[in-house]
Amino acid sequence: MEALHGRSDGGQGPGAQAARPGATDSRVTLRVNDATHTVELEHCATLQEVLRDSLGLTGSKKRCDDGRCGACTVLLDGRRVVSCLLLAVAQEGREVVTVEGLAGTPGAHDSLHPLRRPSADRDAYQCGYCAPDQNGSPGGTQNGAAGQPMVVTDMELPENVPVLLTPAEVLEQLSGNLCRCGAYPSTAGAGQDVIA
Amino acid sequence: MKPLSYVCARTVAEAAAFHGGRPEARYLGGGTNLIDLMRMGVERPDILVDITRLPFDRIEERTDGSVRVGATARNSDLATHPAVLDRYPVLSQALLSGASGQLRNMATTAGNLLQRTRCGYFRDLSRPCNKRVPGSGCAALDGVNRDHAVFGHSPHCVATHPSDLAVALTSLDALVELVGPAGVRTVPVTEFYRLPQDRPEQDTVMRPGELITNVLLPPVPTGADSRYRKARDRASDTYMLASVAAMVHVEHGVVKHIAVALGGLAHRPWRARRTEAALLGTKPTTETVEQAVEEELTTAVPLRHNAYKVELARAMAREVLGSLTVGHRKP
Ligand SMILES: Cc1cc2nc3c(=O)[nH]c(=O)nc-3n(C[C@H](O)[C@H](O)[C@H](O)COP(=O)(O)OP(=O)(O)OC[C@H]3O[C@@H](n4cnc5c(N)ncnc54)[C@H](O)[C@@H]3O)c2cc1C
Ligand code: SF4
Ligand code: FES
Ligand code: FES
Repeated sequence: MEALHGRSDGGQGPGAQAARPGATDSRVTLRVNDATHTVELEHCATLQEVLRDSLGLTGSKKRCDDGRCGACTVLLDGRRVVSCLLLAVAQEGREVVTVEGLAGTPGAHDSLHPLRRPSADRDAYQCGYCAPDQNGSPGGTQNGAAGQPMVVTDMELPENVPVLLTPAEVLEQLSGNLCRCGAYPSTAGAGQDVIA
Repeated sequence: MKPLSYVCARTVAEAAAFHGGRPEARYLGGGTNLIDLMRMGVERPDILVDITRLPFDRIEERTDGSVRVGATARNSDLATHPAVLDRYPVLSQALLSGASGQLRNMATTAGNLLQRTRCGYFRDLSRPCNKRVPGSGCAALDGVNRDHAVFGHSPHCVATHPSDLAVALTSLDALVELVGPAGVRTVPVTEFYRLPQDRPEQDTVMRPGELITNVLLPPVPTGADSRYRKARDRASDTYMLASVAAMVHVEHGVVKHIAVALGGLAHRPWRARRTEAALLGTKPTTETVEQAVEEELTTAVPLRHNAYKVELARAMAREVLGSLTVGHRKP
């Protein structure tokens, strides 16, 4: 992909222009971490590239660039997705949350966001490259997985009983987040603290 | 990625007009396959027509007991829909056995069905591939074909279809609803995918510009049960080597309905019609189930590196069909 795909005016934009026929770029208004950004971007720019290169939000990482590793995980309308396979132009009007948006509440006793506290307590990482996505993914899971069956779910459990996720289910939920240092015992433990 | 136009369609008519049936136009669903292929240069569209804001994201239970699944419903929503969990467990199990939580939140029903093969040569621009460049040859035929087909292949292409969803839908006799320049039509999923023959570039029977709008799940007979079992290289987040989807209805020990689809073994989900015929109307035993599985598998034609797939399919089909028939009668 070409190097730079967008330029941010950093403020409240007028909203998307109707796409001009044949144009290969557009002005688009994106909602990221509760802020509104209007950016000029090429249609082929991914959300990941615009977040990093245009908006300076370098928390979500670029690694495999083909959907396998989860390093670029963000929340889109509350659900976790990989931003390397999303076109930024198509996300107008949707709410994006990156790890930068998982900040602690100002003035609160704990300066860390609840999703980040368990991995800090467990000293869960080695290099820390995967920390932003390992933090964010349980967040999306929390919104989506409670009480939902998974491939490793024991379907014989009685229905309508609130069940905490089993360790196998937590691992399955986090299987789209690869850690190149292999720090899984502690990242999974932190995930377990958040989700289960 | 090559620069391109982008438009977001608000109605089906608008989507069709933007697309225009041109070979350079593509509909954009979740983008998890298309964007990946565009980045590699395998797909080079000049316009993307975004269909994710069309009103086809619903999953509707209908009074006749069928379920209508919108083309843009996300895989994670379909997998966890109460009606699907209750009546079509095979479908939920198939979806949940594929990709990752992130990808299932993005992937759409139609996009999943239309994802392209994972044949490594198809994705490698430096190698000949009839599916990518018609007439260029097939690198897999005499290359590394561990992941390739054992049924229905041709000298022009030995690729398999990678969708778990498609295998499950094949065992459910689902219908695909299409809208195109010539109007609306409904195609049984069992006739939707093609064998490669001498035109492997064409995965399905879809016509230029056609849009998938819905997938229809027929009613399930009361008491029927279904299952999906998949073998893969890792326990998570990867494609099938082989899989089995089955929907079986047993009453008083007699098989009243049976549909078996094998995945990862052919250019399309493979209905094991010989197995079905051998068991329908019978009171199966472990031995007759094994024989019935054999009826289909003896027709397999493995390539140099993939005879193991027949073994995998044999073991999984015996176990799945055994549990749905013989196992069904146990208390
Ligand atoms: C790391 C990884 C692991 C994966 N593992 C698995 C797995 O184990 N099992 C599995 O089954 N899949 C797996 N997948 C594939 C994934 O399921 C597909 O990429 C996804 O389902 C495609 O859906 P989409 O909506 O993103 O399609 P898109 O990428 O948007 O579209 C795919 C194709 O369909 C066309 N299209 C989309 N919607 C329509 C429509 N309504 N009408 C007409 N044409 C349309 C597009 O033009 C495009 O050609 C994996 C993917 C990745 C990246
Ligand atoms: S098997 Fe099909 S997809 Fe793979 S190289 Fe041969 S023609 Fe291409
Ligand atoms: S960089 Fe997006 S999943 Fe790896
Ligand atoms: S701690 Fe290094 S990638 Fe996970």
